[in-house]
Parts: sequence; C-alpha cells; structure tokens
Amino acid sequence: MALVEIENLTVTFGGAPAVRNVNLAVGEGEAIGVIGESGCGKSVTWLAALGLLPGHVAIDGQVRLAGEDIRGAPPKVLDRIRGRRIAMIFQDPASALNPTKKVGRQVTEVLKLHRGMGGDAAWAEAKRLFDQVGIPDPAERLKAYPHQLSGGQNQRVMIAMALAGQPDVLVADEPTTALDVTIQAQILDLLKVIRRDTGMALVLISHDLGVVAEVCSRAYVMYAGTVVEEGTVASLFSAPSHPYTRGLLAALPSLGGPVQRLRSIPGSVPHPNEVGSGCPFAPRCDEGISFCQRASPPLRQLSVEFRHAVACLRRHSIAIGDMVEVAA
Amino acid sequence: MLIFALSRLLRAFITIALVVSFAFVALRLSGDPALEILSSDATPDAIAAFRSAWGLDDSIGVQFLRYAQAVFAGELGHSMRDGRDVLTVVAERIPVTLAITLPALMINIVIGIPAGVVAALNRNTPLDRILMAGAVAGFTVPSYVLGFGLVLIFSVWLGWLPSGGSQSWINAVLPVFTLGVGGAAILARYTRSAVLEVLTQSYVRTASAKGVPWRHVVERHVLPNAAIPTVTIIGLMVGHLVAGAVIVESIFSWPGIGRLLVGSVVSRDLAVVQGILLLVALTMVIANMAVDLLYGMLDPRTLSRRHK
Ligand SMILES: Nc1ncnc2c1ncn2[C@@H]1O[C@H](COP(=O)(O)OP(=O)(O)OP(=O)(O)O)[C@@H](O)[C@H]1O
Ligand SMILES: [Mg+2]
Repeated sequence: MALVEIENLTVTFGGAPAVRNVNLAVGEGEAIGVIGESGCGKSVTWLAALGLLPGHVAIDGQVRLAGEDIRGAPPKVLDRIRGRRIAMIFQDPASALNPTKKVGRQVTEVLKLHRGMGGDAAWAEAKRLFDQVGIPDPAERLKAYPHQLSGGQNQRVMIAMALAGQPDVLVADEPTTALDVTIQAQILDLLKVIRRDTGMALVLISHDLGVVAEVCSRAYVMYAGTVVEEGTVASLFSAPSHPYTRGLLAALPSLGGPVQRLRSIPGSVPHPNEVGSGCPFAPRCDEGISFCQRASPPLRQLSVEFRHAVACLRRHSIAIGDMVEVAA
Repeated sequence: MLIFALSRLLRAFITIALVVSFAFVALRLSGDPALEILSSDATPDAIAAFRSAWGLDDSIGVQFLRYAQAVFAGELGHSMRDGRDVLTVVAERIPVTLAITLPALMINIVIGIPAGVVAALNRNTPLDRILMAGAVAGFTVPSYVLGFGLVLIFSVWLGWLPSGGSQSWINAVLPVFTLGVGGAAILARYTRSAVLEVLTQSYVRTASAKGVPWRHVVERHVLPNAAIPTVTIIGLMVGHLVAGAVIVESIFSWPGIGRLLVGSVVSRDLAVVQGILLLVALTMVIANMAVDLLYGMLDPRTLSRRHK
C-alpha cells in the first residue's frame, strides 16, 4: 500500500475543472516528481489533497494517507496531518514566511504543535534544524525576520520548518523556481541529503524535467489538469511516449549549455474553460490525427515494470474495441 | 535613527508652523474683530482705541512677527472678549472635549475593528453584508443628521436621554455615540480590507500547511499583519474626531473646545481661535508620531526600510 494515494481527483473553481481525474501514488520513502508547464494543475492537485484550497472550491475523488481517506476530513483531523504527516513548502520563500515573526518562532510553532516542545528545548531543536539545513550561525539567524535573510536562506528556513514536524512526506512545490541557479543546485542537494538522512518521501513539483530527474525516481507529467504520462524517470527519459513529454525533453538545455525556459513547444497551456472534449494537447501537437480532437485518451499502461503509462491515442495499440470504448 | 527622529521633528514643526501662519493670515483677512466684539453703536474713537490696544493697526507682517515671537516665548495672548489668558481659556475646555472624544475613539476601536475582522472572516456571507451595509450607513449619514435624529428619537420621543448640556455622564451618551459611529464605520471598512488582503498572502497558507488550527492562524498570523495598515487609519481617526467634535459639541451644546472654537470664530476672537488651531495641529502631529512609533513596533521591516 502506498503512503499517499490520490484517486480520481477533480478540482473545480466554478467553471471547468482545473484538475481532472488525477491518479497519483507516493510510496513510503519514495521521491516522485510532478512535471508540467505553468497552469497545468500541479499545485492545485496537492493543495486540494491537503485541504488548503478555499472552501468554495469543489473537490472530488479520494486522497488516502496510509489507506485512510482524508479528503474533506474535518479541520481537526487535517491539522494533525498537515505539517506532521505531510509537510508542504512553496515556491516563493520570501512571501511564504510571515514577515512579522522571527523565523525561529515560525519553526518552534511547528515543534510545539506536533512534538509538544516548548521553551528552551524547542529553541535548541530549531537551532539543530537550522544547522541541518545548512544555515550558518543558526543561533543568530533564528532571531532574524524573513526580510533580513536571502531567498535561499528563507527556503532553507521553510525546509527546516517542514522537517520540524518529522513528516512522512514532504511536498515541495517548485522550491527552487524563485532562486538563482547556484542556489537552486544547493537547495536540490539539500533535499537529496535530507532524504538520505531521514528516509522521508518527497513530492517534487517542478516545470523542469532536469530537476526532477536529478532527485526523483518516478515522475508524473501533467498537462491541462490531467496526467498525460507517468513512469520511472529512466523510462520517461529513454522512451518518452507522449508528444508533450518529448517536447519537454527537447526543451532541456544540453549539459553545460545555457539555461532556458520551456518555450520550445509552440503555444501555451489552455485555460480550464478552453479544454474541449478531445485530447487537451491536440491543438499544440504535431503528431495528432483527426480523432485526437474528438476523444480524450485515458492513461494506458505501456510497461508494468517501469510503471510507465501514457494518455495518447497514437501510442495506444488501438483495437477496434478500444476505439468504441474511447469514443463512447 | 537619530537623523530620522530629527527629520520627523522638523517636519512636525513645519506642519504646525504652516497651520498657524495660514490661520493667522486667513483670520486677519476675513473680518474686523473690533466691529464684531464691540457693540454696533461703539464710537469711532472706541473702535480706534480697541484696534491700537490689540495691535490691529500694524501691518499684517508686523502682527505676525509679534505673534510668532510671543508663541515661542510660550505666550498665546489674551482673549479679546474677556481679556483672559488664551492658555487658560483653552486648557479648561480640554478635559471637557476629551470626555467625549476619548470614549468616541474607544467606540471606533471596539466596534470598528471587530466588525471589520468578523466581516472579512465571513466574507460574502449575509453577516458580512449586514455589517458592511451598517458601515456604509454609518459613514454616509453626516453627524449632524445622525445627531438630530438621535435627539429626536431618544430625547423628544422616548425622553430617555437629555438632548444637550453637560451636567452628568448621561448627557455625554448621545454626543459620544454620534461622534463614534462614523469613525467605527470607516475603521470597520479598512480593517475588513486589511484582513482580506492578508488572507490572500502566501504565509497564511504556509501556516495552515504547518497544521496550525485556523483560529490560531487568524490570531497569530493574520491579525498581527492586518494591524499594520489598520494602525494608520486609527491615526487618521484622531483628525476625524477633532473635526467631528466641532459639529457634535455644537449640536449637543457640549462646552468643549469645538464650541469654544465656533464661538470664537463668530466673534473674531483671534487669539483664542489661533490658540485652538495650534492645539489641534499639535494633537495631529502627536497622533502621527504615535502611529509611526506603533507602526515600527508592529512591522519589523520598518527600521531597515528607514536605513535604506
Ligand atoms: N484560486 C484559484 N481560482 C481559480 N482558478 C485557479 C485558482 N488557482 C489555480 N487556478 C487555476 O487552476 C489551474 C492550475 O493552476 P496551478 O496553480 O495548479 O498550476 P501549476 O501547474 O502549479 O502552475 P505553476 O507552475 O504556475 O505553479 C490554472 O489554470 C489556474 O488558472
Ligand atoms: Mg504551482
């Protein structure tokens, strides 16, 4: 049984769903990646799973933690899960930290909540955590406010805060996007070291395939609110099967080459309201056939061994029966 | 830091000086005190004597320099009506005005802030709409309309509360309420939008993601940050109260600074008017400084911003 299982998750902000029938699983101690361009629904998937979206948002499906459905669980239950079983850190560390509280107190808040630590013990533990995430001079830095620290240091504070609850899994939502390149690499290294030391599972959300490949063993590629391909990182790299995944791979800078954004796939991710009944990628796809415009392909297993699956009509060995099923 | 404090003081001084000089000139140009204060059948001789006694014959520049010199010596002059020292005349009214403005400020705060917070936390619910409709009514109804309305209801119809005077605390009820309502309404609106703004911030989501119960998210993360812009508004409230006091004291014949001001303006008692305006300017400047100080305490970013 997987640690976290997301089943048929659909999220609707009024209008068309921003996330549709997403299935995802994270095993104990596993590192998975969630990849896709901006607006694909990566953040919404995990915010919905943790109940962090506003109350008026409609969420369907199941989110299981160690077999127990936690979707729509009462706040009391979720408060024992967030930060303690599943921690989450966000893209822009400067705005993700409370500007009027010392960073040390923001860490001890978690220690008090989830580990019942207070006073000097909490402060000492916060200091140890700062040390663990590589913040120099931790005793002093604990007393700093976020605006007195650099972006990279603030992200380390966020990571320390996440570690404070000793969670089973850390969801890192584009933890390096707002940082410059050298700091990005340091934060990724830190995440790897922490995983090795704590055995914690990791969900790394990124729009950079390279980042995911470096840290994760498996990955999900999302497009327009759906998972279009999934598999081990090795098989995704060696046999990318969805045209979108191939586009992302082609956009990767060659080793040592200039860093560039994913701009080589012409066009952009459709807004949820613009997604029709066909394959959402069809308008940008250069391999599409006319049928792609009419029916949205389900995820189909390509390889059991590599847990590789793809949602592309062209990749499915389309038997007549399948055609009927897809069209229905 | 020292430079900052000094520059603030300098600015405060300039503000006060501008208010006082403007008032001085405007008052001199707007009418002749001799004609207002002396009875209408005063002889030309009497009028001339009054003018020279109060130094009104000199050019306005000379008068101003003389006045400025006196102010720096702590001497605000004498009332033209009864010859008493301006400082005494004004000072004896201060507690009377404070007796209604301080409770009104309390009403601003204890009604306005919770109403705004509750409205924001229950955004777009009927509760929010009721509170905000109340707030709109509260600051669109002018205080003289509200004042007369309250007198009509509570004094004339119901006979529960006196319509004027200052014999006991019961006389203060209607003036305090009239004075407090508008400010509470404004503060409720600003507090609501400050809280809503903070609620959209990423760090609020971080707090929830840490497992902090919503109540504590509000108490520890939302409200302390929403307090920062709200404090500025409370500073502005002081000006609102001073202006409101002039009207409310007149409606309810409450013998405070406001009524003294109106009476002195009508009778062109220049020294008293100037004394009051000086006091008002001083109050505003002090309120602003208090806000700055509080702001610095609430927002750790203030200091480093000043250093830049
Ligand atoms: N609060 C919201 N209200 C309405 N729509 C939203 C809201 N949050 C997200 N969306 C929509 O949901 C879709 C998915 O957004 P999401 O933030 O999950 O994208 P993402 O893959 O995380 O992108 P990014 O790389 O920019 O973080 C987008 O189309 C976005 O417009
Ligand atoms: Mg995102």
